[in-house]
Amino acid sequence: MKILMLGWELPPHNSGGLGVACLNLSRALAKDGCDIDFVVPYEAEHENIKFMRVLSASHIDPLFRFGIGAYDSDKVEEVFVPDIHIPGAISKDQVSIRQIQKTYCDFVEEYLMDYKPDIVHAHDWLTFEAGVLAKKNFGIPLIAHVHATEFDRAGGNGGNPLVHEIEREGLMLADKIFAVSESTKRIIHEKYDIPYDKIDVVYNSLDEDFLRSVYTLNKDDYKYIESLKSRGYTVVSTVGRFTVQKGLTHFLHAAAKALRKNPKLIFIFAGDGEEKNELVNLSAELGISRNVIFTGFIRGKKLRDVYELSDIFVMSSISEPFGLTALEAAHHGDVLILTKQSGVSEVIRSSFRYDFWDDNKLANEILAIADSTNLKETLIESIQNEYRKISWADVAEKCIKVYNEIDKHKRV
Amino acid sequence: MQMRGICLYMHIHQPWRYRTYSIFDVANNENYFNDSNYSSKQSNERIFKKVAEKSYIPTFDLLERNLEKHKEFKFSLSITGVWLEQAELWMPELIERLKKMVATGRVELVAETYYHSMAFFYNRDEFKAQVEKQIDTFKKIFNFTPVVFRNTEFSYNDEVGRAVEELGFKACLVEGWDKILGWRSPNFVYSAAGTKKLKLLPKNYRLSDDIAFRFSDKSWKDWPLTVDKYETWLDASANDGDTVNLFMDFETFGEHQWRETGIFDFMNRLIESWLAKKDHTFLTVSDRAKETPVGELSYPWTVTWADTERDLSAWMGNKLQDEAMSTLYSMRDKVIEYSKIHKNATILEDFRRLTTSDHAYYMCTKYWNDGDVHAYFSAYDSPYDAFMYFLNVLRSLEYRLES
Repeated sequence: MKILMLGWELPPHNSGGLGVACLNLSRALAKDGCDIDFVVPYEAEHENIKFMRVLSASHIDPLFRFGIGAYDSDKVEEVFVPDIHIPGAISKDQVSIRQIQKTYCDFVEEYLMDYKPDIVHAHDWLTFEAGVLAKKNFGIPLIAHVHATEFDRAGGNGGNPLVHEIEREGLMLADKIFAVSESTKRIIHEKYDIPYDKIDVVYNSLDEDFLRSVYTLNKDDYKYIESLKSRGYTVVSTVGRFTVQKGLTHFLHAAAKALRKNPKLIFIFAGDGEEKNELVNLSAELGISRNVIFTGFIRGKKLRDVYELSDIFVMSSISEPFGLTALEAAHHGDVLILTKQSGVSEVIRSSFRYDFWDDNKLANEILAIADSTNLKETLIESIQNEYRKISWADVAEKCIKVYNEIDKHKRV
Repeated sequence: MQMRGICLYMHIHQPWRYRTYSIFDVANNENYFNDSNYSSKQSNERIFKKVAEKSYIPTFDLLERNLEKHKEFKFSLSITGVWLEQAELWMPELIERLKKMVATGRVELVAETYYHSMAFFYNRDEFKAQVEKQIDTFKKIFNFTPVVFRNTEFSYNDEVGRAVEELGFKACLVEGWDKILGWRSPNFVYSAAGTKKLKLLPKNYRLSDDIAFRFSDKSWKDWPLTVDKYETWLDASANDGDTVNLFMDFETFGEHQWRETGIFDFMNRLIESWLAKKDHTFLTVSDRAKETPVGELSYPWTVTWADTERDLSAWMGNKLQDEAMSTLYSMRDKVIEYSKIHKNATILEDFRRLTTSDHAYYMCTKYWNDGDVHAYFSAYDSPYDAFMYFLNVLRSLEYRLES
């Protein structure tokens, strides 16, 4: 089956989980015999990708990925200035997400003049317009894959109306919608009035490259943390972009409450974002700065070190379509505390769950784990049997089933 | 021709669920069991009233009607002390109805631990105290002295048998598990290995579970279960021994099997149809205890009536349960001493309510990932939550003992 995948990023040129999910999904689909052309908005080498064709919709350099990031829906019209000269198509020196989306659509249109895929599979609002174009102008069945909605990104605020409009159109016209969790499915139903039976939940799984790669912690790099641990400290961490969506202020309040009962707790906040200063300030106001470590933005080995050093991983998100970092932390033996508002909490049952606003409960949970080796060990043991429950092969199988259904329907 | 009988026994119980007692409540608040939020998952009052509506009331109706209609209709009941406490608070009319049924002489009460606990496996003195408290309660409320015993969740081994005989009981109810019975039929009465003359009444788990578990299961090959079909099975089984022991939770009627499944009609018609036949009757557990044993049964290891394993693993199977229960029972001596010195029984009552086996059951992780029956019956978000709040309550008890 010939699939046209419409994506926005692929590793290593990714700024977050969207690219990782797209890569793993495509790889598993290809393994099951799908013939995939994958469109990205930039031009770059993807040396390690042999199982599909990666097509560039423009000549823009992926270095600008932070300018055209998958997460910046609030700045769609904002222009940014590439500081490297790019030869080729993009208009002189200023580009915005909107302009890139238009170029992307043009490219897809041209592609469809020459090729006729069986299915177009579009990932998030960034590529929905191109997907709709394929559906309307070329009659190709469209699958809209929702990794996050604008409501998630806005974290309880309204979000960008233009983005809502694009999301709405894509979701209405799609033949089928994939949502990364039940909670995302609910949002799609409630906010965009899409009937439930048009939406299938397709959970994410751990990155295969992450699972395969060899990792060891060099304890000498972290003498301070290690010395705290040897004195009986419990390490509690969180990883992510510091935005409203992540519910980190609630987490800090819970940390303060827990520290009043048990001073031997150390909190690691790994990441960066617009809320950074507020968080640093808040931890000082709460009088817990000595117990809170801000690492700044980290990735790769350093990120895995944080998982490895931690006893407890907290996902405090107000709204989290899935939350892959929790599975990564589980892979490194952490105990998980997840908000009920995160998609991953639908899959992982061997964890504590709380409502994002309930800092008393979060404090209770942290204290209970820090206090009981038996509780901690039982949780670790149970989660080891669970976190790899869903594999990308399962995900691909589910997608292909839907592809075939749509394809059959089309022919009748 | 000999009489063929059904020995129907049902178990009534509700635990005092502890509320989501926070670490910030410790030392500030000694209310563990009354959730002020009526709609909460742990509201004992809400749950009791809900189950009463769905199960106790319609089942009492059914039983009373049949007691009146058929002189031969009899059955046996165990009613935990903690259930009676809750009924007294919220629906005392249920107790009045039970009194009337017991007064007919055709409803027999079966003894157990007042708190529905696993005390036998942790502390023998506590076990004895809880059984005695239950006997006293039956005397006080029903003017009835039980002669037959059942241990919590049918947990039984030869040791239990000896202890039960020492307490003066004539017979004990047990799970008629294949691994113990082998080729023998559960329809006979047996003597208990290691005792002088204690008798064992094994549950016919196949025929009991056809009603208790499979009745509404549409994937079961024998669904739907009709009275005709079931009676054929009963008769076939009664060929082998004359009485079938049907032992089950009271909530089978209306709560585990909802009214919509037809369970009440089924039961009603089964009683009617069974008694309409010649030589067919009902027996209570002490009727059975008069029979002569056909042989001896030994339970070298502990057997319960729970799950496919029929063991204690749902209550004592993981580290959380071990830590919670061993910490609890280790406080017993101090609690008793404290309540004597301060002439204050509240702390002892709190302690004992915590021994109720349901609390450990909520901490069971063995099927948690599959989200099965354990999850369905839990009052908490997860086994880990159940453990966390339980430990907070223990911290509070400790704090009270030290202050």
